[in-house]
Amino acid sequence: MIPELGHFALILALLFTLIQATIPLIGVAEGRLDLMVVAKSCAWVQWLLFVIAFACLVYAFVNNDFTVAYVAKHSNSLLPLQYKISAVWGGHEGSILLWALILSSWTVAVAIFSQRLPATMVASVLTVMAWISLGFLLFILFTSNPFERLLPNFPIDGQDLNPLLQDFGLIVHPPILYMGYVGFSVVFAFAIAALLEGRLDSAWARWCRPWTLVAWCFLTLGISLGSWWAYYELGWGGWWFWDPVENASFMPWLAGTALLHSLAATEKRGVFKSWTLLLAISAFSFSLLGTFLVRSGVLTSVHAFANDPERGSFILIFLSLVVGGSLTLFAIRAGQFKSFSQYDLASKEMLLLGNNLLLSVATAVVMLGTLFPLFADIFHWGKISVGPPYFNALFIPLVLGLLFLLGFVPLMRWRQNDLSLLVKQALPSLIASLIIAVLLPWWLAEQLNIWVVLALFMVFWVLSRLVFDLKQKLQHKRHPWQAMLNMTPSYWGMSLAHFGVLVLVVGAALTSVYSIEKDVRLDIGGSVSIADYEFRLIQLKDIQGSNYTAVQADIEVYQQQRFVTKLFPEKRLYSVQKMPMTEAAIDPGLTRDLYISLGEPLDGNSWAVRVYYKPFVRWLWLGGVLMAFGGLIVIRDRRYRFAIKSTKSSQSDGLFAGETS
Amino acid sequence: MRTQQKQRLYLVLFIIAGVSIAIGLMLFALGKNVNMFYTPSQIVAKEAPTQTTIRVGGLVVSGSVKRQSDSLAVEFVLTDQTEQIAVHYEGILPDLFREGQGIIALGQLQPNGIVKASQVLAKHDETYMPPEVAESLKAVHQKDSP
Repeated sequence: MIPELGHFALILALLFTLIQATIPLIGVAEGRLDLMVVAKSCAWVQWLLFVIAFACLVYAFVNNDFTVAYVAKHSNSLLPLQYKISAVWGGHEGSILLWALILSSWTVAVAIFSQRLPATMVASVLTVMAWISLGFLLFILFTSNPFERLLPNFPIDGQDLNPLLQDFGLIVHPPILYMGYVGFSVVFAFAIAALLEGRLDSAWARWCRPWTLVAWCFLTLGISLGSWWAYYELGWGGWWFWDPVENASFMPWLAGTALLHSLAATEKRGVFKSWTLLLAISAFSFSLLGTFLVRSGVLTSVHAFANDPERGSFILIFLSLVVGGSLTLFAIRAGQFKSFSQYDLASKEMLLLGNNLLLSVATAVVMLGTLFPLFADIFHWGKISVGPPYFNALFIPLVLGLLFLLGFVPLMRWRQNDLSLLVKQALPSLIASLIIAVLLPWWLAEQLNIWVVLALFMVFWVLSRLVFDLKQKLQHKRHPWQAMLNMTPSYWGMSLAHFGVLVLVVGAALTSVYSIEKDVRLDIGGSVSIADYEFRLIQLKDIQGSNYTAVQADIEVYQQQRFVTKLFPEKRLYSVQKMPMTEAAIDPGLTRDLYISLGEPLDGNSWAVRVYYKPFVRWLWLGGVLMAFGGLIVIRDRRYRFAIKSTKSSQSDGLFAGETS
Repeated sequence: MRTQQKQRLYLVLFIIAGVSIAIGLMLFALGKNVNMFYTPSQIVAKEAPTQTTIRVGGLVVSGSVKRQSDSLAVEFVLTDQTEQIAVHYEGILPDLFREGQGIIALGQLQPNGIVKASQVLAKHDETYMPPEVAESLKAVHQKDSP
């Protein structure tokens, strides 16, 4: 009964979405407010129906209703409760339902926070979001209904959730990632509305920025979480594999990051208008592409759980409609958006342009590497795969270039700057950073690596500029601490996010170059040493979990004969799926992680064991969190509250509110 | 107008330079880092290059897995049901590596016909077969049936 209720709620949602997708547009065309406001009420009803449907599915999981095919496939009566709930989005149907629920939540958020926006703009934005929702609802109802029953021959127990996914990481990773993916639908809808109305001013950019920022923060957090999850759960100690599924989430992030920076220029200076629109369309298109890549199983990948050509072709058609339609609209209308302001070569505008160029190239690099094998297969050029060396070779120079530009951000003004003064200011920083970047690793690690030196060079360069900028801002203030508090959230958030990038780069460079990995054969009583740590295998014991059995190793770690910690890596065998799983044991630390995982039992009492020494690996995720946190601080800026209050307000009141210089 | 023209010139030059550098680098890197997939039959027929990293996929032949007793070196045989090819690997095999399972080895073909693998991939799913392996098996099957 409950699953039918959920199914029925989805059908009702489809009806309301149809109304939301059509009636408000008629209202906009005829200038009738009563038809425009229909969009808001429909958005609310639709959201309520999605919540009901989702709750019904959760109910089916919690109550072990194995007559529902999706539940039978992804749950088991022995599964712990928290995983029963997270199993709701552990498979294809449920994750698409989560996608749609989040989309409708964003739609409602737009309805709530758009009180002071022009009614026509709100109506168009909500309509565009309804079109997207329509596509997903049709997709769910016709190809991926999570409420489908297995009657009358239903299984007594379920097939259990993939053990890889029985983990805290999977409880939080997909919803946060989807919040980011789907969040770009808002700025996409704003872009389409601007194209339809033919109007794009700095007020428009000011409305878009907080929405883009929130989505970007979620996506940043989601990707960081995914990387952390892969690190401890996959048991290989890697934090980024350039796997197609990771790339699928990385492309919208890169496009979204470019969009954030381009929006800044559009808001403050009214430049790059059509470019901003194109990026808004791209960011969301890449989100859809990501969903397509992960959920249709077209790519060989750890994450490709679903394999169904019918779904694939549906998403492909949907994707081409969205991308093709919006790009056609862009081609027709974008010519209208002219920028009139002028700027010099040495200006913040050019800096942001450089940033956008590098980020776009980075997006193209990832896209080519991800999709090339697919096209090669379609055109029969052979079955190929593109390995990490390709991505690393191209990505590292791009990141270094981005950091070089980032160093100029703090002291660069809009429009024009004195080029010779800039060079004079930059030179000492550059030289000092280079010296530190060479000396520091030479002193601490006693070996020089060109990539570490380059990465640290750029990191210290940006850091010195951030500090120099802060110092200059406070130089002539009587109460420096008071002055610091008075600086805008915009400034603090931006600086924190950029600082996060530095932290991430330090982590990535040091852990990639200085990590030590050893695969060894270990007997009970035996030991292995890496760096100056010694790992001793004390004993092995069998343990019994709720839905698995496991062998657990008891390992003691010593540093120069001093006891550090005990680690308990496990090799589990999940009873239902008969699937072995490696549970790594990690001793985390700010400057290093010790990581150990059990490989396979060898003859006698020995095991193949993999040990890692990973310096600064935590900095990767710390950097990601700092970036997301910086983004959240920026949203607190006063001028975005202005955006809610004043509609026709002159563009000037917000224009200078955030400027500190 | 002069500044605006200058501005536009900067922009165009910037974009042209960026795009050409990018395309050049991308194609260069792609050409160097693409790994082709070969079946055991193709390798036996000498279609695969040596000294280049390739991917070989097939089923692990039952009883062929031999581990050294004092190290992590392991040798096993892959088949596509027609031909067989030996793979040498040193390290820890993935959780789902077992006899009869479809796997992919990433490595270099030695002149003596053995593949020296640097990485062995088995998919994290009982029923899952790497698509390349599944397809090559299907192709063999079709050749046999008529």
